[in-house]
Amino acid sequence: MSNTQAATSEKPVFYLTEEHHPENSTNLGFWIYLMSDCLMFAVLFATYAVLGRSYAAGPSPADLFDLKLVAINTAMLLFSSITYGFAMLRMEKGDKSGTLMWLGITGLFGLAFLGIELYEFYHLIHEGATPQRSAFLSAFFTLVGTHGLHVTFGCIWLVTLMVQVAKFGLIEENRRRLMCLSMFWHFLDVIWIGVFSLVYLVGVLG
Amino acid sequence: MSSHPHAPAHESAHNTHHGHSHGHEAAHGSFKSYMTGFILSVILTAIPFWLVMGDVLESRALTVGIIIIFGGVQMVVHMIYFLHMNTKSEGGWTMLAMIFTIIIVVIMLAGSMWVMHHLNTNMMPMSPEMMKNMP
Repeated sequence: MSNTQAATSEKPVFYLTEEHHPENSTNLGFWIYLMSDCLMFAVLFATYAVLGRSYAAGPSPADLFDLKLVAINTAMLLFSSITYGFAMLRMEKGDKSGTLMWLGITGLFGLAFLGIELYEFYHLIHEGATPQRSAFLSAFFTLVGTHGLHVTFGCIWLVTLMVQVAKFGLIEENRRRLMCLSMFWHFLDVIWIGVFSLVYLVGVLG
Repeated sequence: MSSHPHAPAHESAHNTHHGHSHGHEAAHGSFKSYMTGFILSVILTAIPFWLVMGDVLESRALTVGIIIIFGGVQMVVHMIYFLHMNTKSEGGWTMLAMIFTIIIVVIMLAGSMWVMHHLNTNMMPMSPEMMKNMP
């Protein structure tokens, strides 16, 4: 009895270490979204890895893919990554017009990437290599198309943010949004590394 | 318009952390680190494309191995120089989330390929002609 009395009367000791607390959790939350997006792409990659050789007596990657076009596409995405980096550097300096200029250049590279990809898809479908032709082509169009769709939404987001920055300047909210889009944009480039390595280059090798 | 009324309240609530946050932002990247990442990426992209387009190596397996290794290294380069990944950001939680994701991805990829390979091997053999007439 007296023991418990003593125990309760003592001041409880908690182990509390105040960690460095991030001022907002947006970055972590967005990172976790990117990781879930990464899982989705991993599933599409796994589908392609399983079905990528089921040609159904149709065309194979070596017959279809034009590596020069893919190399240009890869360059477009890589250039857009570095120009987005320059936009972020301008943003940190508080240079509104510089940020807008580099964002605009990034958007143009993104659109060039989309244009080349749509041309490639049009060409493939024109040759009869439609998604319905074989399991390989279904998996290919799903994987590469999903990546292209992400780039499309990235471009829409980019234009939205350019309007926001032009209207309200580099306020705290816009800096946060630009940071999120930066992560999204660089993440898409990381996914593209997987696409051109595993789908195009290994595919053409047969 | 709607973001303006919020701004003062937001500022005062986070005033104590404000100076700190800017120091953190500045550590996110510099011109030099972006250029390092860019040049490394160009090299790591150009070599696999050259290997395949120029038909450089005799062995297919070796070429595939090099492509996959270079792709993996380039992903790490992007993570470090463009996404500014490190063990300290957000108290290490971003790194933890990424490690978890990588483990899941490896299990899922290796597992699917393993299982589906065995299913394929145990399927009834089929000629291309039969395949063509499949629904």
